[in-house]
Amino acid sequence: MSYQLDFASLVPYLPEFAAGVWTTIELTIISTLGGLALGTFCAQGRISNEAWLRRTCACYIEAVRNTPFIVQLFFIFFGLPALGLKMTAWQAGMIAMIINLGAYSAEIIRAGIEAAPKGQWEAGKTLGLTRRQIFMHIILPPAYQRVYPALVSQSIIVMLGSAVVSQISVEELTFAANFVQSRSFLSFESYMLAAVIYLVLAILMRQAFGLLKCIAFKNPSL
Amino acid sequence: MKFFKVLSSLLLSASLLFSVQSVHADKLSQIKERSVLKVAVPQDFPPFGSVGLDLKPQGYDIDMAKYLAEQLNVKLELVPVTSANRIPYLQTGKVDLVISSMGKNPTREKAIDFSDAYAPFFLGVFGTEDEQVSSAADLSGKTIGVTRGSVEDLELSKEAPKDTIIKRFEDNNSTLSAFLSGQVSLIATGNLVVAELATRYPNKAPKTKYMIENSPCYVGVMKRQEALLTEVNRLIKLAKKEDVLEKFSQKWLKAPFPADLDS
Repeated sequence: MSYQLDFASLVPYLPEFAAGVWTTIELTIISTLGGLALGTFCAQGRISNEAWLRRTCACYIEAVRNTPFIVQLFFIFFGLPALGLKMTAWQAGMIAMIINLGAYSAEIIRAGIEAAPKGQWEAGKTLGLTRRQIFMHIILPPAYQRVYPALVSQSIIVMLGSAVVSQISVEELTFAANFVQSRSFLSFESYMLAAVIYLVLAILMRQAFGLLKCIAFKNPSL
Repeated sequence: MKFFKVLSSLLLSASLLFSVQSVHADKLSQIKERSVLKVAVPQDFPPFGSVGLDLKPQGYDIDMAKYLAEQLNVKLELVPVTSANRIPYLQTGKVDLVISSMGKNPTREKAIDFSDAYAPFFLGVFGTEDEQVSSAADLSGKTIGVTRGSVEDLELSKEAPKDTIIKRFEDNNSTLSAFLSGQVSLIATGNLVVAELATRYPNKAPKTKYMIENSPCYVGVMKRQEALLTEVNRLIKLAKKEDVLEKFSQKWLKAPFPADLDS
């Protein structure tokens, strides 16, 4: 057991890692925004008065939460072209991540919404607000605040899960590590570097969410 | 005592000479005399050699052996070998020829002689009918799928123009799926992989565009059997001219026999 770590030989491959990190960040930002928006919509759908909307949202959420991410990804990338729906690997990866986060965050946000005391709905009604107004202004903001830590964790899970999209040739961080490993055979070093970068990214992401929280929820009345 | 020593060593060397002589006797006339051609063939390497549903050996190599026996007007005896023992079988005279999807290299050439190429075996670029690609330079601006870390990936990364988008997939299956689902219209892989694909999806199989690395198969012949080697080469040339190899190639590899195989 005398393995000599050789990080110096990774230096020529740093541009590959940098490009990979950038793609990972790009995928994460877009899919977090898209996924949370989709999740909010579906959470709303699940408590809607319309039965069809409730059922559609429930089907989507259950289908996504009960199948592996990689299968969803392959379904979109390798399966859908058979129906004439062709997209690039990057688009397919992005859509898979949005769909995935959408379903998980819908359930998290629903939990926040259902935790709202019934009295708040009633208070809104007494003030003459519509159901939509009550939801948007009274129920949703504190719901977000309640489940904020869970949403942050889920977004970070999706960021880490983006490693899987390397399987359909999206050139993100894990792809870069795999690629460098296949060229330099420095598997220990490349994956160690990738792991450290993921760790840093996750910490930065948590910090960013913390900052966002301070800005978004500074209203003490919430 | 001395007399016995001298006698025994004489006898020994004589017997050695004799055995060497018998091994190196003219194989071609031997084959014709006993009217049997013994050929080492693979049985674990489809489509070159495998066991069919009727439990009989089948494949490109077996057809090639049948063709040679037919042309020599002798009976054929197939001897199943593995890739590790096929050269020893030939060297020890257990078989007359090795037709076992064997490639040529300098080490092997020291041990046995090789005929002309009789079967294509190569890594190449394959694609849909409408892709106009005949060399690495034509890949400029195009997207091509390949299995990451494979020989074809390394070669392609070296020779493809800078603006070629190389999509690297995890394994052969993903690369093929990417092609079959239309995500990429060009792939780099081996011709056997494509042959397998063509067997399952005759309309969807990619067509050969150009070869990246060519390592065709040769018939192995024992050293110093010029007569046999010349005869085998003559028959291979004949087979090329009369489109026999073209037929084999279409039948087993689902692709035309490449014209530039020996280059």
